[in-house]
Amino acid sequence: MPAGFSAADFFYILPELVLTGGALLVLVVDVLTSRQQRPLLGWLTVGVLLVTTLTLLPFSDANVVVSRGLLAIDGFAFFFKLIFLLTAIVTVLMSSSYIEVEELRAGEYYFLILCATLGMMFMASGIDLVTIFIGLETMAVAFYILTGLLKPNRRSNEAAVKYFLLGAFSLGILLYGMSMLYGLSGTTNLRELATVLATQERSALLIVALILVVGGVGFKIAAVPFHMWAPDVYEGAPTPVTAFLSVGSKAAAFAMLLRIFTEGLPFLAEVWQPMFWVLAVVTMTVGNLAALTQSNIKRMLAYSSIAHAGYVLIGVVANSSRGITALMIYLMLYVFMQLGAFAVVVMLRRHDVVGDELKDLSGLYFRYPVAACAMLFFMLSLGGIPPTAGFMGKFWLFSAAIESGYIWLAVIGVLNSAISLYYYVRVVVFMWIREEVLGSPITASPAMVVALTVALAGAVIFGVYPRPLFELAELSVQSFGGVVAAAEAISYR
Amino acid sequence: MGEAIVFYGLSAFILGFAVLVISTRNTVHSVLFLVASFLFVAMLYVLLGAEFLAVIQVLVYAGGIVVLYLFVVMLVNLKRAPETHQDPRRQTRLGVAVAGAVLAEFLAIIVYSSTNPSAPAVLAAGEVIEGGNVEQVGWLLYTNYLIPFELASILLLVAMVGAIVLAQREL
Repeated sequence: MPAGFSAADFFYILPELVLTGGALLVLVVDVLTSRQQRPLLGWLTVGVLLVTTLTLLPFSDANVVVSRGLLAIDGFAFFFKLIFLLTAIVTVLMSSSYIEVEELRAGEYYFLILCATLGMMFMASGIDLVTIFIGLETMAVAFYILTGLLKPNRRSNEAAVKYFLLGAFSLGILLYGMSMLYGLSGTTNLRELATVLATQERSALLIVALILVVGGVGFKIAAVPFHMWAPDVYEGAPTPVTAFLSVGSKAAAFAMLLRIFTEGLPFLAEVWQPMFWVLAVVTMTVGNLAALTQSNIKRMLAYSSIAHAGYVLIGVVANSSRGITALMIYLMLYVFMQLGAFAVVVMLRRHDVVGDELKDLSGLYFRYPVAACAMLFFMLSLGGIPPTAGFMGKFWLFSAAIESGYIWLAVIGVLNSAISLYYYVRVVVFMWIREEVLGSPITASPAMVVALTVALAGAVIFGVYPRPLFELAELSVQSFGGVVAAAEAISYR
Repeated sequence: MGEAIVFYGLSAFILGFAVLVISTRNTVHSVLFLVASFLFVAMLYVLLGAEFLAVIQVLVYAGGIVVLYLFVVMLVNLKRAPETHQDPRRQTRLGVAVAGAVLAEFLAIIVYSSTNPSAPAVLAAGEVIEGGNVEQVGWLLYTNYLIPFELASILLLVAMVGAIVLAQREL
């Protein structure tokens, strides 16, 4: 046992340890199995993720700081880890057929997915800039490689290089901001940072550090104007990776954002709230307007995911426990609707069809009615039509904004939702109206059926009966130190 | 006094080699001058009492990064003598302007910091470090920062797997 560590330190990071062991196991099993047995690897990966989820469940109401103040095992981390694991499970389930068609190397693919998930988990529970940064880097490097896995495909190569270069640049900016925060406070621990900086006079350097961190985080959540990489990367990456990137990476970046800003810099809220207000409005509007003209489904979903980052930012701007609850619920619901939509896109990829253009969807209803109906539901959900999960999520976000006095932000959000309906419904039009049948028949592997079922079940159940999710999120926010710190900072002033 | 002499001597060497890096015609020579410049920067770190940073400077910059440069230089195979640059699009004025701006910025910082000596003293921990900072850094890495340190090893594994996957020829 290293000095200063107790058994508890390792007990509380049991899910992370299990996941690490599982990732290494997948890598070893990949070498030991023959090419024919490769599909089993997918199920092994799902098994690893399920075991990790099981070991995570006992920590639902824990609220401790372990590993010498580097990690917080609290409800907030628990909720986000659930999001990451769920995302990873659905992604792995939808990958197996795609891997076969594209002839990807299954072992490395699953290993990288698991390592990206591990990085995200550290981002969510890290309350120290060092932990958060290394978690972020682990996730990002895994994603750079995953993006470029389609080696013969030029678009994939281009996407990987773009993502890598811009990602490295943005990480540099983020690190620059973090190092300034450390220089000003003498600590990298976010909770200490909050107490140290609250007593200091607000210097210009602190504002510069804040802007740099906003820029670095903005890149990761693909907020306008840091979104330039997203459409190209989403289009070029293998489709299941795009799904994972647009949901998992974004949720992890939001977890990091909340940790840094509401937990580490709550007393600067009046400085960063307007910044995020502008970012939210610009991100929603630009994302939705750019999505209107896309003819490629992956590009369209990329812009749609940019717009959704804008909606989620509303929860950050509100900066109340209700806002953060709404944000977390929205991210959880977004897992189901976005992954479901991507699962249908993955199904379109066959040996003779690339399947990422809108016209590839034409007549889907007549060839595979179940998939078309599921896609219809996901599109309406992303658009925010009443009985769906997306409506519940947006309802909470906008009401949190109104409660905190940001009425215009809610109005802009509603207007944007209306705009977004145009391109979501356009997808539906393609599936129903045109009857051209192109390429070989569309089939779904058993794993794909499970993935679609999970996504659809989540989107339907939480759309109609969201109470359990709401209660879980509220419970998680209660244990989140940031909100408490924010309340204290307000009373301090 | 002696420290100042060593500092200015080292600085002269660093700048001299840096000028040689951009003025020599042969690319391989240029990279080798870069190594020399990096090594003198490492000595500067030793002078400042940052032994750990000095070792990292030698390992990462003089070792890793320069080997990478050499690989690139050898891969692109610059056998023939490089012709003199006569590119009409060359933005000489812009370059001079940018260099001037950077110089002005440095001067401003120097003037500002010399006229405002009471800049925030950041180094709160003023205690004398026993046993050199290599030991201190190692101690921190294996105690306080054990978890991020182990996570960094996973990060390296990811990078290694990625390098193999991306560079490997398809069977």
